[in-house]
Amino acid sequence: MLRTATFAALRQAKAGSGKMPQLFQAARAMASMPSSTLSGEDTVTFEFCDRTFEGYNIEIPSRTLTMSKTEAVGLYREMQMVRRLEMAADSSYKHKLIRGFCHLCTGQEAVPVGIEGAITKDDAVITAYRCHGFTYMRGATPVGILAELMGRKDGVSKGKGGSMHMYAPNFYGGNGIVGAQVPLGAGIAFAQKYKGERTCTLALYGDGAANQGQVFESYNMAKLWDLPVIFVCENNKYGMGTAAGRAAANTDYYTRGQYIPGIRVNGMDVLAVRQAVAYAREYAVESGPLVLEMKTYRYGGHSMSDPGTTYRTREEIQHMRSTSDPITGYKHRLLETGATTEEDLKVIDKQAKKEIDEALAQAKAIPEPNGSELWDDVYVKGSEVPYLRGRVPEETHYYNVD
Amino acid sequence: MPRSATAKVLLARLTLSSKSLRSFSSSVDTAVEPIRGLDLGVAHSKLLLRTVASLRSSAELRAQGVSEGDSRKMNMCQAINDAMRHTLATDDTTVVFGEDVAFGGVFRCSVGLADEFGAERIFNTPLTEQGIAGFAIGMAAMGHTAVAEIQFADYIFPAFDQLVNEAAKYRYRSGGEFSVGGLTIRTPCAAVGHGGHYHSQSPEAFFAHVPGLKVVVPRSPVQAKGLLLAAIRDPNPTLFFEPKILYRSAVEQVPIDDYVLPLSKAEVLRPGNDVTVVGYGAQMYALENAIQMIERDMPGVTCELIDLRTILPYDAETVAQSVNRTGRLVVAHEAPRTQGFAAELAAEIQERCFLRLESPVERVCGLFVPHPLVFERFYMPCAVRVYEAIRRTLTY
Repeated sequence: MLRTATFAALRQAKAGSGKMPQLFQAARAMASMPSSTLSGEDTVTFEFCDRTFEGYNIEIPSRTLTMSKTEAVGLYREMQMVRRLEMAADSSYKHKLIRGFCHLCTGQEAVPVGIEGAITKDDAVITAYRCHGFTYMRGATPVGILAELMGRKDGVSKGKGGSMHMYAPNFYGGNGIVGAQVPLGAGIAFAQKYKGERTCTLALYGDGAANQGQVFESYNMAKLWDLPVIFVCENNKYGMGTAAGRAAANTDYYTRGQYIPGIRVNGMDVLAVRQAVAYAREYAVESGPLVLEMKTYRYGGHSMSDPGTTYRTREEIQHMRSTSDPITGYKHRLLETGATTEEDLKVIDKQAKKEIDEALAQAKAIPEPNGSELWDDVYVKGSEVPYLRGRVPEETHYYNVD
Repeated sequence: MPRSATAKVLLARLTLSSKSLRSFSSSVDTAVEPIRGLDLGVAHSKLLLRTVASLRSSAELRAQGVSEGDSRKMNMCQAINDAMRHTLATDDTTVVFGEDVAFGGVFRCSVGLADEFGAERIFNTPLTEQGIAGFAIGMAAMGHTAVAEIQFADYIFPAFDQLVNEAAKYRYRSGGEFSVGGLTIRTPCAAVGHGGHYHSQSPEAFFAHVPGLKVVVPRSPVQAKGLLLAAIRDPNPTLFFEPKILYRSAVEQVPIDDYVLPLSKAEVLRPGNDVTVVGYGAQMYALENAIQMIERDMPGVTCELIDLRTILPYDAETVAQSVNRTGRLVVAHEAPRTQGFAAELAAEIQERCFLRLESPVERVCGLFVPHPLVFERFYMPCAVRVYEAIRRTLTY
């Protein structure tokens, strides 16, 4: 079982940061240790309340979860990192360092973090355009993500993708067309099954995309061929500016697979996400597709051009922030169960802020890609068209001339 | 030139009432006069390699080392089936799927493959074009060879988003990290004379507008086999449009060995000095007939006939070299003229050969109407219309 902490460790190593606080070093050391070898002192057990899971044609996951304290704290750290990352993106956008589209997942951090904690790095993930959190959790560095947002050459897609088009190992993006990534997820899952890998694919989409025809086409193919795909609907209650109930005949998204079983999950609880995805992963690899609905909430607008307050009240947002915040809520549970101390969490908070601040400074210093990059990767090198036209003849790019 | 004048009047009438159309219809019979004495169509084409001797003389097949080997008489459907058999046998990541393909497909192109290679590699999908394309792209992103069939090219539009936004840009938008080069979409296109709105279209130009895709249209069994294998093995996503009228009607001696023909390389089928005539797919046979009529009616004139074969990225150089000699160009395709591929080629040649051109580039294309079931023969850029265009350009 691969733990969130492993990814943190990988990333730290990748970023070349030698100044890890003790806690992270411990996390790294324990990452590959199975839970069963841990003594009672090292583990922590959480209980879920009645409404955490609701099943559709399937038993719900266990209402208790035991994990190492290190892993539990690792989940907190990663949520804090994702939030800080999105805050940095938000401020950079407002300073006009990022232009164009930018979709933030602030409020939804428990989903990417909980998922990554439950799957292996051989599993595949594909999502739509609200992808920064997933890109980070799959192993991209904050510098790579922020640089991509700013269109810099060391961005994860060499600055040519931007907010919606980010990739990492076994993370198939970052897709701009609503719902279009879902059948791709089925195809990826087919290839996994075909190759005999005991892995699965998580195909994520929003409550808005849930109404796209190709989502249902994908359900059908997935069930017909029992593909190891977990369809994950991130229901943040609004498809752009339209409340879910105004767009969907059935807003119980976990039941919309009809012949595919489903589970509704409290997507504001990172432990619930982790528990449900671990359960779903086992089911998908053994038996085929499953639909998970993550009930979540985005604090910001749909994108940077949406203030997010015209189709919902400020009170509603404030209410969600104060009663359901995934980070604050989880912090209380960590303290209640004695998994860690307030002081340790403060160290993590400070460290996360520092790491993202440093990443932002680093990303800002990276230059834009060389102009010649514009012409690369349209076709495979060596099989290009003779030339591609620019705006004026002088700009035309000839592939066979240096 | 009385005939040309007649044609102009007739074409002008086409916009008038059905009564006028009837008179156009009856007048077509008189306009067809130049055809007399010639055997027309693919069934009598001299472009096809009908004999083993003609196969042996093909320079391209010789370059591939298959001109001397065994061959078998195949129609285009069988040649495509044979190409898929080769790729299934040599690349075990190859999977063939689409609506009804396990049973052989509606045109029987995949017949026997499921028995030979197993139901897990050749399978039916639901009627979900967008899903088929996206599913194929996902597989290809994993490094698989995905050969997906869209049952009719007319049905490709629900998959347009997947092909244009997902397949074509996957490599570019991921900075080269992922690609879907193993993707090939096969789809039957063009008219058979009675297909109507949703079974006759030639949508290649929509995709010829998209950087990142390749678009191929074969004219014969030998071409289809070599080009399809090249398309499947090309490391870029490729659309393979198969003129369905040729599935049964085009028959050639096809090498039984595995071979590829070059993509993005036009082929000069007949050399000539006075006018360059360019097309692709089934249109080549109308062009061949038009040239036969011209050379009969205008002694001394020779026409150069070029099959473009790949229309993205296309071989402008071969066409430009030809036009620089002949000074005249006629381009023809079944899709409508407006924004059709001929417009691109005409503009490109006008830029490259401006001072060599003796007359405006002529385009002979489908009419700018939805593909009309009952009027399909008026819609078509038939040999007579091409003949008139060649005459116009020669006498400009």
